[in-house]
Formats: sequence, structure tokens, C-alpha cells
Amino acid sequence: MAEQRKISFIGAPDTNPEVKPYWDACNESRLTLRKCGGCGKVHYYPRGICPFCFSTDGNWINASGKGKIYSFSVMERASPPFTMAYVTLEEGVTMMTNIIDTDFSKIKIGQDVKVVFLDSDTGQKVPMFTPV
Amino acid sequence: MSLKGKAYIAGAFEHPTRKAPDKSVAQLHAECAAGALADAGLTKDDVDGYFCAGDAPGMGPLSMVDYMNLKVRHVDATDVGGSSYLMLVSHAAEAIAAGRCNVALITLAGRPRSEGQATGTAARAGNPAQPDMMFEYPYSPTVVNMYAMCAQRHMYEFGTTSEQLAWIKVAASTHAQYNPHAMLRDVVTVEDVVNSPMVSTPLHRLDCCVISDGGGALLVVKPEIAKALKRPLVKVIGNGESPKGQMGGMVDLTYSGARYSGKMAFDEAGVKPTDMKYASIYDSFTITVLMQLEDLGFAEKGQGGKFVQDGNLISGVGKLPFNTDGGGLCNNHPANRGGITKVIEAVRQLRGEAHPKVQVPNCNLALAHGTGGSLGTRHGSATLIMERE
Repeated sequence: MAEQRKISFIGAPDTNPEVKPYWDACNESRLTLRKCGGCGKVHYYPRGICPFCFSTDGNWINASGKGKIYSFSVMERASPPFTMAYVTLEEGVTMMTNIIDTDFSKIKIGQDVKVVFLDSDTGQKVPMFTPV
Repeated sequence: MSLKGKAYIAGAFEHPTRKAPDKSVAQLHAECAAGALADAGLTKDDVDGYFCAGDAPGMGPLSMVDYMNLKVRHVDATDVGGSSYLMLVSHAAEAIAAGRCNVALITLAGRPRSEGQATGTAARAGNPAQPDMMFEYPYSPTVVNMYAMCAQRHMYEFGTTSEQLAWIKVAASTHAQYNPHAMLRDVVTVEDVVNSPMVSTPLHRLDCCVISDGGGALLVVKPEIAKALKRPLVKVIGNGESPKGQMGGMVDLTYSGARYSGKMAFDEAGVKPTDMKYASIYDSFTITVLMQLEDLGFAEKGQGGKFVQDGNLISGVGKLPFNTDGGGLCNNHPANRGGITKVIEAVRQLRGEAHPKVQVPNCNLALAHGTGGSLGTRHGSATLIMERE
């Protein structure tokens, strides 16, 4: 198990109503997504307007928190090393994240992962993924 | 309206410096401008259009037009990272075709080496208003780990190997040995590349471009002006541009915007990839080159690894001589934006002014392509096709 790097958060969800519900849910250890009431599609990162049909009739849904690694890279040059990844969620969207709490040398594309929430430097919890 | 033949590249200059702690960024821009004007046989007073991108200090064209004391009637500051300068050539051609200017000056300069920017290994904090920032910055996306994820996925989908990627660096280094200004002039082997320290899997140190100070400038002019000058005629015959991003979460790292910009440029020019005698391909990393070669149509999707191996990109050896100045991998990546040097070396090839050891015989058709921003998140693509008349 590798040492966890410091997580720096940027931005102020409290003054950003478009995405505040997402970050508030993270603080309750829930991963949420935006689902469009117009075209029915789920998108990521969350927006107040659907990037597929421009409908503003969107809703927050709870994600299962399960997904598969789409791609990854172990940043060996960093100290401590960490693993950058894209994870494709069961709901169909792919999100940038880190893979944590595992032997980085054994990570594979296609591997099943589940969400976990880590504290960042501002206290805001951030979703990351670990192998199932 | 087609832009084919509506503009010529009459001046091109690459600043010889690779480390400039004693010069300002504005000064480097101006020295590049002076170099391109001297190359073309034009003067500062002939310039009536000015084009720059995000590397220009201050308020872009306002600061630089004032610093150089230009009297222009058209400016453009489209910023799409390293691909900006290829796109600006097209925008200059548009402006010339529309009668908005006759002599368009494009400049780039920067000092990331002197300023000690850890370009590839540290996440860059941006403006919190950037809509993706909160959803990416906490994960520490860097230039290199985002391109590395493209390489990882390419290897997974198509069986591409580190050794195949290494051939791209081998070709660049083979060319760089003849460039006295290149930062890295030692010829390297596939083994050297794959045995160099891992930066971010699967990219090694020698899969990455250099960090250099410097700059470059181009002069794009209307046909009548180009024909009155004493330089070989380099005509812009194909233009294409495209942004690509994460598509609302439908991320696909297997292709770049070159798929669209390349097709637009080839269609406008009325030529095909196999007609190209030379190609400048953006080489921030080896994987950047491989993906662009596929997306531009030089190789089938997934076959880029086979295409680049065994020296196929080496001038005098392979079918597609590329980056004969040594490219960003060995020569120069000024301001962390390699787009302008891609156009400059293509112009040298078309004029017959590349180093004799790497000059492509009878080089009458060349392509230059750039990727700007990050291939792993959102990037700009710009393609130019040029013909020697």
C-alpha cells in the first residue's frame, strides 16, 4: 500500500450553486450524477445545462459508485507516486479520478473498482476509487 | 470559401536560443518578429496584421503591438495551446482572403526553462471558474500523466508497445544530430528510450519533449506580395482545425481532433497523405506523434506502432520523413508550445533550406500538424498543408 499524496481542492462549491449539490453529496460519502429530464442521458462533469440536448431540466441521481478502469497512469516521478485514472461508471460516463489503496503495479484496464471518499486540504471530500 | 492558395508563408524564423535568462518574453517575441521580417525581405512597417496566442505577455496583441510599435489594422489572439500557431496561419489566410490585412505577423516566445516550470510533473492550478477545474485538479492531472493515459489505452486496445513509441524518439534524435541549435543532439536507440527512467507509466523520460526557452515567428502574406519577394514560394493549400474534449463524459482517448482537422485540410488541398513528402507532427510526447499519424490518415487506426518502427520516420530511410529539425523531442519546445516550430521546419523543407543531411529531395508538398492543450482532456488540433510553387 502506497503512501497517499496530499489532495488539493480548488474552488468554492458554497458559492457555486451549479455544482454545490455534487460536492455536498461527496461530503456525505455519496457519488451523484446529473441526469437530463429532456433526453434522459447522464453526463459528467455535472452541469446545469445538458451537454447533449441543452435542456435545463436536469436532476441529481445517486450513482452506484461502481465502475471499471478505462485508463490509468502511475506517476512514478511524483513523490509519493500516485495513480491517475479514468473510470467508466456503471451509469455510462467516464470520470477522472485516482486509484488508491492498492499495489499500483497490479492495476489493469478493465479492473472493477468502487468509490471511496478522501478528505482534501480544504476539508471537502473527494471521490476516488479502489479495486473491488 | 476555400482558402486554397489565398496566402503564402513568406517569412519564417526560429530563435536560436534555448535558454534566455537575460531576455524578457516580449523581447524574444520582437527578436523573432525581426528575424522573420529579415528572412522575408520585409520591414516592420509592412506588417498590417498581428497574431499571437496565450504565451504573449500582458493583454496579448495589445501589449505586443504596443511593445513592437506596430501599425496594424487586424489582430487575432486565438489560444488553443501549442496548436495555436498553425491555426493562426489559417486565420491569417482568412483575414488576407477577406482583405483585412496583407502582411500577417505571427509570434511565439517563452522562457519555461529559465523560469523553472515543472511542466510535466506538477498539476497547474487554474482559475476556479474553469468549469472542469474542481473535477480534475484534486486528482493532480499533469501534462505527462494525461498523455500517458492515452498511451496506456492505445497499448490496451491495439497492442502498441513501448519499443514502437521509442522509434519516434530515435527518428527525432537521428535528425537532431545535424541541428547545431538542438537541445539534445545525441542519437539514441530504442533501448536507450525504454531504459530511461519512468516518468508516468508507460511514458519514460525519453518519450517526453524538452523544456526550452525560445520562440519563433511567421509572416503570412497575400499572393501578390509573396511573388514580389526573392524567397521560394510556399503556398498554403489546406487548412483544418478542430477542438476535442471529454464529450460530456463519453471519454475516448483513442483518437484526437486530427481526425477532423486532417480531413478538412486534405479535402481543401485536394491531396492525400501518401502525397506528402514531409510531415511536421507535434511531438510533445512520442504517443502524440503516433496518434496524430493515425488520425491524419498516414496509418490505419491502431497501426501507428507498426508504421513508425524500423526508422520509417527517418529522412533518407523511411517513407515519411518527420520533424527533421529534431522536433520538440530533441530540438526545441519554446514556451511549452511547439506549433510554430512545426511550421518553420516544413517551410525550410519546402524551400530546400533544411540541413543537407535531412533535406527531402524535391520536397514540394508538406504537412504540419499541431495538438494543443491536453490530449487526455481537451485539446485543439490544427492541420496545414503547404505546397512549393
